[in-house]
Formats: sequence, C-alpha cells, structure tokens
Amino acid sequence: MDLADIIAGTTPLAVVRVPTPHDSAVKHVTGKATYIDDIREPSGTLHVAPGYAPIAAGRLTGLDLDPVLKAPGVVAVLTAEDIPGINDISPKGINDDPVIADERIMFHGQVIFAVVAETRDQARRAARLAKVTTAPSMPVIDVDDALIAGTTVLPDYAFERGNAVDEIGRSPKEITGEFRIGGQEHFYLEGQIALAIPAEDGDMLVHSSTQHPTEVQHVVAHALKLHDNAVTVEVRRMGGGFGGKESQATQWAVLAALAARKTGRPCKLRLDRDDDMIMTGKRHDFRVDYQVGIAKDGLLRAVDVTMSARCGYSEDLSLGVVDRSMFHADNAYFYPIAKILTKRMRTNTVSNTAFRGFGGPQGMLFAERMMDHIAYSIGRDPLEVRKANFYAGAGRDRTPYGMRVEDNILPELVGELERTSEYWERRKQIADFNATSPVLKKGIALTPVKFGISFTLIHLNQAGALVHLYRDGSIVLNHGGTEMGQGLFIKVAQVVAEEFGVGLDKVKITATSTAMVPNTSPTAASAGTDLNAQAALLACRAIKDRLFDFIQEKWNIGRDRVQFRDGKVLVGNRARDLGELATTAYQARVQLSATGFYKTPKITWNREKADGRPFYYFAYGAACSEVTVDTMTGEMRVNRVDIRHDVGKSINPAIDIGQIEGGFVQGMGWLTTEELVWDSAGRLMTHAPSTYKIPTASDVPADFRVALHDSGGNREDSIYRSKAVGEPPLMLAISVFSAITDAIISLKPAMMPRLDAPATPEAIMRAIRATTGGDGS
Amino acid sequence: MRHSIRFIRNGHMVELDNIAPTALLLDYLREVEGATGTKEGCGEGDCGACTVVLGRLRDGKLVYEAVNSCIQLLGQVDGAEIITVEDLADADGGLHPVQAAMVEKHGSQCGFCTPGFVMSLFALYQSTDKKVTRDQVNDWIAGNLCRCTGYRPIVDAGMAACAGHRRDRFKGAAADTTGLLGFLSDTDDIFIGDENSFFAAPGTLDSLADLYEKHPTATIVAGATDVGLWVTKQFRTLPKIIHLGRARDLDRVDDTGFELIIGAGVTYAEAEPHFRALDPDLGELLRRLGSKQVRASGTICGNIANGSPIGDTPPALISLGATVELRKGKRVRTLPIEEFYVDYGKQNRAPGELVSAVIVPKLTTGHLFRCYKITKRFDQDISSVMGAFRFTVGDDGTISEARIAYGGMAATPRRAKGAEGALHGAQLRDSRAWARSFAALREDFTPIDDHRASARYRAETAHALLGKALIEAAGTTSARTRLTGFREKVANGSG
Repeated sequence: MDLADIIAGTTPLAVVRVPTPHDSAVKHVTGKATYIDDIREPSGTLHVAPGYAPIAAGRLTGLDLDPVLKAPGVVAVLTAEDIPGINDISPKGINDDPVIADERIMFHGQVIFAVVAETRDQARRAARLAKVTTAPSMPVIDVDDALIAGTTVLPDYAFERGNAVDEIGRSPKEITGEFRIGGQEHFYLEGQIALAIPAEDGDMLVHSSTQHPTEVQHVVAHALKLHDNAVTVEVRRMGGGFGGKESQATQWAVLAALAARKTGRPCKLRLDRDDDMIMTGKRHDFRVDYQVGIAKDGLLRAVDVTMSARCGYSEDLSLGVVDRSMFHADNAYFYPIAKILTKRMRTNTVSNTAFRGFGGPQGMLFAERMMDHIAYSIGRDPLEVRKANFYAGAGRDRTPYGMRVEDNILPELVGELERTSEYWERRKQIADFNATSPVLKKGIALTPVKFGISFTLIHLNQAGALVHLYRDGSIVLNHGGTEMGQGLFIKVAQVVAEEFGVGLDKVKITATSTAMVPNTSPTAASAGTDLNAQAALLACRAIKDRLFDFIQEKWNIGRDRVQFRDGKVLVGNRARDLGELATTAYQARVQLSATGFYKTPKITWNREKADGRPFYYFAYGAACSEVTVDTMTGEMRVNRVDIRHDVGKSINPAIDIGQIEGGFVQGMGWLTTEELVWDSAGRLMTHAPSTYKIPTASDVPADFRVALHDSGGNREDSIYRSKAVGEPPLMLAISVFSAITDAIISLKPAMMPRLDAPATPEAIMRAIRATTGGDGS
Repeated sequence: MRHSIRFIRNGHMVELDNIAPTALLLDYLREVEGATGTKEGCGEGDCGACTVVLGRLRDGKLVYEAVNSCIQLLGQVDGAEIITVEDLADADGGLHPVQAAMVEKHGSQCGFCTPGFVMSLFALYQSTDKKVTRDQVNDWIAGNLCRCTGYRPIVDAGMAACAGHRRDRFKGAAADTTGLLGFLSDTDDIFIGDENSFFAAPGTLDSLADLYEKHPTATIVAGATDVGLWVTKQFRTLPKIIHLGRARDLDRVDDTGFELIIGAGVTYAEAEPHFRALDPDLGELLRRLGSKQVRASGTICGNIANGSPIGDTPPALISLGATVELRKGKRVRTLPIEEFYVDYGKQNRAPGELVSAVIVPKLTTGHLFRCYKITKRFDQDISSVMGAFRFTVGDDGTISEARIAYGGMAATPRRAKGAEGALHGAQLRDSRAWARSFAALREDFTPIDDHRASARYRAETAHALLGKALIEAAGTTSARTRLTGFREKVANGSG
C-alpha cells in the first residue's frame, strides 16, 4: 500500500506531517550509525563480564575468585564489598535489588561478582572459573507457586465499583474462566551495554544504552558515593529498548563504573545475548481468573477479575506495570459494576520489568478473551458483543478508576474497519471453508484498542529541552528523550525546524545527556514526543520571543508581520536569512539559547481512592485478523490483517506507520511464537534466539493493510494535535489470538476452548483436544 | 603448503599468517579492521545482525553468499572476497540500490539489525537478474531478525531494489573480482600454527584424512554453524582446527543416475536443488533449515556428523535409506545412516575418522515420500518433531515397505520400526492398518519434555504426521492438509 493512501486526510505543513525518513536512516544502511560498542575505545579500555548465581534461591556460602584472578588478562574482580556507596539499583531506592548480591541469592542468574580483564573474551572466560558454593533452598518459580507460598512484592490492590459478586449472582447468565498469559523477552537487537570513562575529581562519564539516563546517573552516583553532578550519562541511540532499558540498563552501567573506579581505566560491559536474556527482566506473565454476569444479549452487568502477576524477585517497576494492567482491564468496554483485583507475586526468577504496553496488554487480553467467551457462550458474533459493550455517552462512560471516556472514537473507527476489512463477507466465506475442510480451519476476529496516554506516576509527566541558535542560522537541539529507533529525534527535530521555518538539515540532533537537560523522565509510556516536542517547542518560542522583541526594537515591526519560513525570516517586506538575523541579534546582545519545560495538564490520580483522571487522552485503534489453524499439529498462519489506527494528526506518518506495524508484529510474537520456559530449578531454558522465537519476515502476512484513522486530530491540545503511538499498536495483535480462538471454536461451536498465551502449536493443540474432548492419543 | 590465509577486501588481497585457530570473522572486522558497521546481536548465528557477504567462485562462477560472521572462523574465508555494509556505497557516498530502497521504504528504525538486512538483500540482489517475489525476499531474510519494523518495509525495500535491471559497481567489477579470486584459488594445504595448536585447511581429501588420523583430537570444521557456538557460547578451547572447506574433491554432488553422492564439503545451499529434484518436500525441508546464512556455510555431512537428536536432514536421509561413507586415513567404510547413530552424542565413528560423504538413493516408481518439520516458528527454527516417510506401494495398492524416521523423539534420529511393521503388506487405504501403525508408533518412542515441546505434544504430533503422510499418500492434495510448503507449489522452487 502506498504511503499516500495511508495518510490521506492529513495536510502536511512545511516539515511537520511530512513522512520524513528516520534522521539516522542513511547512517543505519551504511553502517555509520554509532552504537556504544562502536565508539572507538579509549586506549587502555578494559572489559567487564558478570558472574552469576548457579541456583535460584538460597545463600552464597563461598566465593573463591582466585582462579578468576589468575586467569589470563584479568586485572580485577568486583564483589559487593567493592561498592563504596549503596548496593542497590531499584528504581525507587528501596534496597531490594542489589548490583552484586552479597549473600542472599534470589534468582538463577543474579550477579554475584564481576571480572575486569584486558579483552571481552578473557573476561567472559574468566567469569566461568569462580568456585561458587551455595546453600540452596526451595525456589518459588511461577505464579501458582507464589500464590501457594503467599510471597508478594507489593500488597494486593483493587479497583472496585459497586458489589460485583452480588451483581453477578443477580445476572441472568454467569460466565467463569481462567487462563494464562505468558511473558515476553524484549529481544532488543543491541544487548545491554555501558562504557564508563573515569575523569578528574573521581567524576564519571557513562555511555549507557538506556531509556532513562537520569536514573543511571543517580544509581551510579549512589553506588560510587558521588554527587549526581559528578556523573554524566550520555546516549545517542539505542539498538532497541521496548522498556527493557528503562530500569534494567542501570546495573550494567554501575558495574562498568565500579570497574572504572577500581582500575582507573575506561571499562566497558557488553552482555552476551544469553546472559542478557538470563539476567534481565521481561514482560510480566499473568494468571487471570474471572467471573462475569451478563444479560441475555451479552451486555455486561458486572465483572470480577483477579489478575496475578509474576513480578520476579524484586519490585522494580511492578507497581506501575500491574496498575496499568488494571487501567486496561476494561479496554474499550463499559463495566457497570466491577472488581479488578491484582496480586503482585514475588518469585525466584528475574525481576520482570517494563515492556511496551507496561501491563496494559495483559489487562486488555483479559477483556478481549472475556468478550470472546461471552459471545461464544450465547451464540452471538464476538464483534456484535464487543460493539454492544463499548463505552458510550453519559451513563456508560465511566471507567472502573473513575475517569470519564470523553474522546471515544471507537464506534466510527471500528465501523470503518468492519467495512474495509469486509468482516461480514469473510465471516461467511470462512464458515463455508470450514464446513468442507476437515484439517485446516480458519478464524477471524476484529478487536479494538483503547490506550491511556500519560505516566500514571504523575510527576513523570514533565520534560525539558535545550535549543541553541547559532550565528549562521544552524540550530542545536537537545532534550531529555532518548532515541531507541522509535523516531523521537526526527519528530522533535521536525517540530523545531517547522518553528524556525528551516529545513531539517539546519537542525543538529544531539545525544541525550544528563549534563544538557537534567532531571529527565524515562522515555517510556509512549509519551516521548508528547512531552519532549512540547518542551522543544517552548524553547524555540522563547528564542523567537526574544527575536520578535529585538525586531520590534530595531526595525519597529510587530511580531504579526514577522514570519519564519523557507529558511528565511520575513521581517515586514524584507526577507533575511535566519543566520543574518541571528548575527544581527547577537551583535545586539540577544540571548540565542533557551530551555523549554513542559508538564502535561489536566491529569490527576489518587491511588488510595482509585480515582482521578490519570490519562490526558486515549489513543484508539482496531485490527481485523484472519488465521488458518492446522488442527492435526496446531500450526497456525496469519492470512490477512487489516488495521485502522488513530494517531491524531500525525507529525510523521512514515514513522507512525512503522510504529503501528512494528508494534503489531511484536504483539503477534508475544501471543504466538514467543515462549519463555523455566525448568523446575528456576533456570530459564529459552535464553537465545535459537530457542526463543520472535517473528521473522514470513510470519507477517503478505496481505497486511494499515490505515491511519482520520479523527480530526487529538481533542486535547497535544503537540500538533498528534497522538502517542509507541505502545498502543502492540495490542492490535490481540485480534490474532482471538482469531485463533475463533478457528478452534469452529470444531465445536459454543464450546469456549481454554487457550493460554502464547498460542504455540502445542498450546493450540491443547485447546483443540480440550474442545473436542479427545484423549489426544 | 601455505602458512597463511588470503582474502580480498575492497579489491585488494589481504594475507594473514598469524591467526588463532578459532579466531572469528566478526572480531577481525570489528576489532582489527575497526569496521564496526557489522554488529553482534546474538553470537550464535540466529539474528543475522553480523551478516556479511562472501564472494566466491563456485564452478568457476562468481557467487555472493550471505554468512553469519559471528560464528564464521576467520580461517574459513580463505580464498573469498569479504564484503561488509561499509563497502556498498560509492566512494562519493552514493547509496547502493538496496541501501537506497531501505531508506526510501523506511526499512530501519533502531538500525542495529539494518546492516545485516542490507547485506542479505545485497546477496539477493546479486543472486538473480529477475524480479523477485515476496516469498523470495522472505526467504533471503529469514536469518535476519528485526524487532522494530515488523518487516513489511524491509520486504518492500527488497522487492523494490530487486525489481529491475541490476547494475551496481560489483556487477561492473565482476570480471576483475573473478580474476582475483581465480588467482587466490589453489589446492595448497593451509597450516597455520604448530603441532599443538593450529588452523589447517587441507586442499584434498587425502591430505585431510592423513592430517586427521595424525591428530584425532582435532575438531573437524565444515561450516562452523555449530562449532562456532562451541567457541562463542561454550568457551571451549579448540586448539586444533581442521577445516574441510578447501578440499575440492569433497565439495561435489555426484549423480549416478540412481543415487546422489554428497561430499562432506557440500553445503545445504548446494544440496538444495538436488534434494528438491528428489522430492519437493526435501526441497522445502532444506529451505526451512536454518537460514540463507546457515545454509551457505553448513553442510549436509556436518548435520549428520554432528549427531543432534533432531538433525532435520538425518530423519529424512534415514527414511530414504541413505548410507554414510567414513574415511580414516586411507581406509573407507560405509554403513546405513541409522547405524551411525548409537546414542545421544555418540556415533559409530572412530577417533580420526570423518564422514566423507553420504549416499542417497533416489526415489523410484512406487515410492511415496513425505516429510514434515514442526516448529514454533515456521522459518529458521529447530524442530520439536521432524517426521519423514517413504512408502513403497505396488500397483495393487499394497505397501511393500514403509521407512519411517523421526527426529526429536529420541536421543538420536531413529526409525519407527513398529509403525513401519504395521503397514508392511497392508493396503495403502486400509484404515485398520493405519490404526495398527498409530498404536505401534506409541510403543516406538518415549519422547521427553523440553523447552521446544512436551513429551505428550511430541507423541501426538508424531502420530499426526504419520496420519498426514498416509492421508496425502492416499491421494489428498497437500493444499488441504498443510499450511505451507504445498507440494504442488514448491515443486518448482521458491528461490
């Protein structure tokens, strides 16, 4: 499909709304884009490799590092005792997440020491030579273990509107279900890495592949017993993040910095892929138990759901992640009465963390699974049941957490998709196909997405930017957001170029640095552009305001007669180069540099009362997927996908389409082929791409139709009326999971098969056996 | 005897006379040359971020093959031209057509996988002058993982770049390159190091066999698609490496008319057309085995000698009734391939003895062959269960012989003797015989649980595959029994 078709309805400005390639596209394709491992190493750079716990739970009773120290090339080893400051990387500073465990072992793969050697190979080989003795105890591995053991990282928490149990009892029909939702490995192509370079006064410059440079700065400072001002963290680009480098890039940066401090030499730590997968957290996996009361037509009367999440051995970001699973447990549907309870289970596995959607996908998968369950139980088409339960006007617009849904565009968006995807025609064709096909069965599903935009931790909804205008008219742009491939830098640069009326070639994008913009929030929650582009816009406007004042003073021309466009500044009737104006202003001692600061308006959240308006707005979308299932083997193919997604007025349609398609495929992987398996000793068995399977090109259907929904723009005053797009499209993939359910249902209508995610061939076969009642032999 | 390796970089010959036996190509590029465009994503040849292209003469013709540099031993590139992502653009910065298409179609986001994709697409660009299909592009990039884009723009870029007439400076320099590579190709034995630690690449089978007999503890390397991981993941010290890729007499497929003799140097890629000609299912099996990168390096005989319980080609070869040829010094022996597998990690192979060839009987009249590879992901995944079936059926519809072999069901690839026996002498369409065979199959194997599948799923799937083979053999078109790899379609090749 042509981009022109996809973006119909959005009029480009000079730079904004133009489908501009990623700022680094040419560097990407020529190999010239520099990632941290590509930075020319300062002479004398050493390499760090972690050594990890061989058991999932217990105590470290002995750690003999002599053989490690004697190995070729080894310069030093690091243990917990080498940490002058605080031995903790927890985002909240609650001391539950050691950089290097000193005695208590909480998961298989926990760092218990690190080796510093002349080469990476020497460090990694030496790390295997430690003599480790332990006193193991019985590990708590999965959610069920933890529910029995009663181990949690945080107290249970619920949203309650009315008495769900009573209302379900009073409902004409009651539905009960249970299923599992698997976790997901981020599989950013660039693994975790940091390069720490010691400087004078004990200062430390850290190049870290992180979505949260400020947190890395704080944690390195705490560990090294330095002030924040002694640590500078810089990141030009990441080779993918997806949430995996929000809190969990920190540990590797701290280890590199500790090594640099101990040896006085630059130190680099790049995790081997297997170690990365073993030692860093993933998307939380969930067990979901639900009971709902419905009217005869499928309209919801009450929902009672308990979602139990595997948080891993420490809290990390589990408070926010599991909360967000609750914020999206309604997805697009009005729950008149609801109890949404979450349990945050502590296990002896790696600490689960942020991953695109941040708990939202799990909550939403529950909502959609429930819709399927209702529909198949009463013999209605799932799309009809979905539409009947959508949020609507007054009386049906209040979420279980108190916020009113005021910008709902799903009825029209879904209506459009229903038409363009030819849902009903294909529904019929599929029924015909299935009637004559004993082995292969098709299924179709159309599912919506409603995703709340803003950090639910309110204080994070702020951003800063720094803009310099030089005398030749060129501009330097810096802000607190990080580039991980999502196109944040080009979008913000487009906003800046538009503001000064120049081409993108005049705007230099620079690396994120804690020394340039301080106290930043992580680049997360889809909010990177919303926050940082606004801050950059305000910085530009501060400089322009000074120029307007200067023009007024010098030429007596009001700002209404000044225009920045086409690389020129029109002052009255005369066009000047921006550089010429900048030079003149400089000579008049006008400041040509400014900071900008933005905070999201309108948002409130009272967690104790479970009430407020945690989201500035919602982003919407819907997808229709068709699949074929081989009922003999459980293999599955996606035949066709139609997506309609709302990005408001897009700042860069090409980038947004990339986020939609990429998010969808990533979500499809989560729900189909990507399976994390731990053994009974708590060891992750799928710790490399040979055993953990993210989608490849051939998993993406050839018939993949994506359209941007023209909603007239964000109803809130977001940057250029655009909408956030990083996370919401991932959940469009739930349509694939529902379509698989639909295909299985065709074997025995009205029999809802229990299907756990991911729907691997084996999971599909389990569901088929359960449906058909065969004994499987 | 030569004590160095030689290869071409940017039109010039590079000669290295001091390389460690297990030095890796990627480390050489990034750390010695400082060419950091090529990335390490996984260190095991599964993600493709490290993809580079090797130019080689095959049968005197210049071909460009994508390989995973992270698990390619540096010594393996002797005699090749090495092309990395930095080399594609013109000196003045003008982008190569595949690079330009990647920019135009928005094919990069984080950019870390991009150099690998560019190189795979570059290899595709060079491979044909015809307009390529979506399936072909998918196949050429099946060994490259991207976590950002969802692939659609990358596939579009591949199709756009490989739609019209190919002219790039590599085409322009083809004659010069061919000349240079011709100059480098010789049959000298390469030996770098000393008796205790060396990289050796003998030029003939005879000298290879002699060297291995003399150093039975040496590691024989063909494509290094597994041995590479012993280095990068297991940190094994492999002081003595004998690479068989230079022995020309091993790099050949002989067609005797009724059998194929596949030498130990024959890669999956080279074997693929021969296998496809035997049966479309065999072609599809090879297409789904590993990736273009793996198939350009790995060999059929390496797959056999490696002794994996899954193996993919061994079950098919067992079912076809293949024999392996073993060579120790001057002595040659052969044995049926199923007898080669003794137990997990144990083969019928003496110290200093190597698999020199596999002999594959062709299918003849009366043979009905089917094989199926079951994986979590369709492309580039190791099978949870692999089943291969050869039924010999007479004109009267009687099964005179059934050869059924599975991978992933036991410690080694193995025949299902019970299931076979239940079909001998039965009518192909006799459902009672099928039921007896299914029942016997349950007794043939005791599979295990692991991260790929549970024992129960394996057992059920083994049953399902036998059922599928019988249904298809009895006449049902594969379009009604399969999601991919329709025999009617793949018979003509998918590139």
